[in-house]
Amino acid sequence: MLRRTARRRGPLIYRHTVAVRVMHWINVGCLLVLLLSGFQIFNARPDLYWGQASDFDAPLLSMGAHRAADGSVVGTTTVLGHRFDTTGVLGASRSASGEMEARGFPHWLTIPGPRWLAMGRTWHFFFAWLFVVNGMCFIAYSLWTRHLQRDLVPTRTDWRGIGRSIVDHLRLRHPTGEAARRYNVLQRLAYLVVLLAFGPGIVLMGLAMSPTMDSVLGWLLHIVGGRQSARTLHFLLAFALVAFVAIHVFEVIVTGVWNNLRSMITGYYRLPVAREDSRDES
Amino acid sequence: MNRRRFLKGSILSAATLPLAGCADRLSRTDWAVNLLGYAERLSEVVQRAIAGDALAREYTEADISPVFRPNGSTDPSDPDYRALAANGFRDYRLRVGGAVEHPMTLSLEDIRGLPDRTQITRHDCVEGWSVIGKWRGARLGALLDRIGPRPNARYVVFHCADRLYGEDNYYESIAIADAYHPQTLLAYELNDESLPIANGAPVRLRCERQLGYKMAKYIMRIELVESLEGIQGGRGGFWEDRGYQWYAGI
Repeated sequence: MLRRTARRRGPLIYRHTVAVRVMHWINVGCLLVLLLSGFQIFNARPDLYWGQASDFDAPLLSMGAHRAADGSVVGTTTVLGHRFDTTGVLGASRSASGEMEARGFPHWLTIPGPRWLAMGRTWHFFFAWLFVVNGMCFIAYSLWTRHLQRDLVPTRTDWRGIGRSIVDHLRLRHPTGEAARRYNVLQRLAYLVVLLAFGPGIVLMGLAMSPTMDSVLGWLLHIVGGRQSARTLHFLLAFALVAFVAIHVFEVIVTGVWNNLRSMITGYYRLPVAREDSRDES
Repeated sequence: MNRRRFLKGSILSAATLPLAGCADRLSRTDWAVNLLGYAERLSEVVQRAIAGDALAREYTEADISPVFRPNGSTDPSDPDYRALAANGFRDYRLRVGGAVEHPMTLSLEDIRGLPDRTQITRHDCVEGWSVIGKWRGARLGALLDRIGPRPNARYVVFHCADRLYGEDNYYESIAIADAYHPQTLLAYELNDESLPIANGAPVRLRCERQLGYKMAKYIMRIELVESLEGIQGGRGGFWEDRGYQWYAGI
């Protein structure tokens, strides 16, 4: 079966325009730098709160370090009152020179590596601008070329097949042949949520942390409950994007890593051959 | 216990270390830091255009934080300052000069006699936390009207009594437009009491709409200048000299 499917090859189709490919990879770089420089900024105060101001006695999340009875440094993460030992990764971790130090995220997850808030902010804001401009270009381009309306918004047929699509995804069965020419319904929904909710949401929550912008974004602070709530939501949305990227990369791998990578680099995607034949033979 | 965690950590760090290492090296080059720094100018221009003279949000008495967390210096050790504090700041004199028509020296009483404003505002630290407090102080704009800034005056510089980490004297600077903002105060009261030493007695700056490090405490001298060059590190503030952004509206 494997041999036969390998011999039969589907047609090569032009899937991603050069504009989409360029904006995709700019976005990859932005998200990576924003996440790691964001951890650096978070480390300056590795706590999250809710409301207008910080209730220092009741953080929602808190990373910290203390010395155990045997003198060793223990890193802890407390979430909604539940404390976890996260030594080595969160709360306390080894610095580049090997000593245990108290810090939220470890040096290998921050930009720059050492504790350096000012430089973390410099990286974060530069790439935040790039992320915003790139994202707005992508939305404008997708509307203009109808990529968004045609390829991302689910059709009525898509909606009817959503249950089937969920089961197929869980069984790691993916569309082949002609059906693979278009994005499936879960793919469409995932891209739409990221493009229209997570992306704009994380930018707005970032802006809601700016004291100057807050003088004109009172309505936004009112909706989310305050600046500290916005900071917490900014952090949660970052992890929502991390979760999206994890699933996205997983799907890229299970549906053919080289074919998918080629399509996002050269634009050309080889349609996977229809599954029906191989299923009969197996 | 930790073999699995160690392995996981090693795999993750193998993925991020090349990038982080590259970012570390770039963080120590002038060209990359200057390039990244253009974003600060862009943020300032865009934010000033959008926000204009809008007022920072003001809160109610019920929102006031139980403790107004002090940060940076909380008890300056300078002998002259200690002597002033020991005497309840009765001998305190604020000197105002530089590019102005009428240099002045003001006692605390003189400052309390200037047009004042009371406001309950949120204080945002660059580290990420916020506290809410009630401030009363002299409007800096009213003081500037009396001293008459010369046309070339672009910045208001605040020289302070404290030495942070035993290093340089704290200082800060704001744009003259921010100095005239109605909520910009030389604050002498916090939560209906004389400003405590931990929070900057006898007088500190309130420049709402910017981060906490801009709001200099223990102000001894105010100087109007055309350029920030030649003042300490030349970047306009204690933290700015250590790499922080001069525009702290974000």
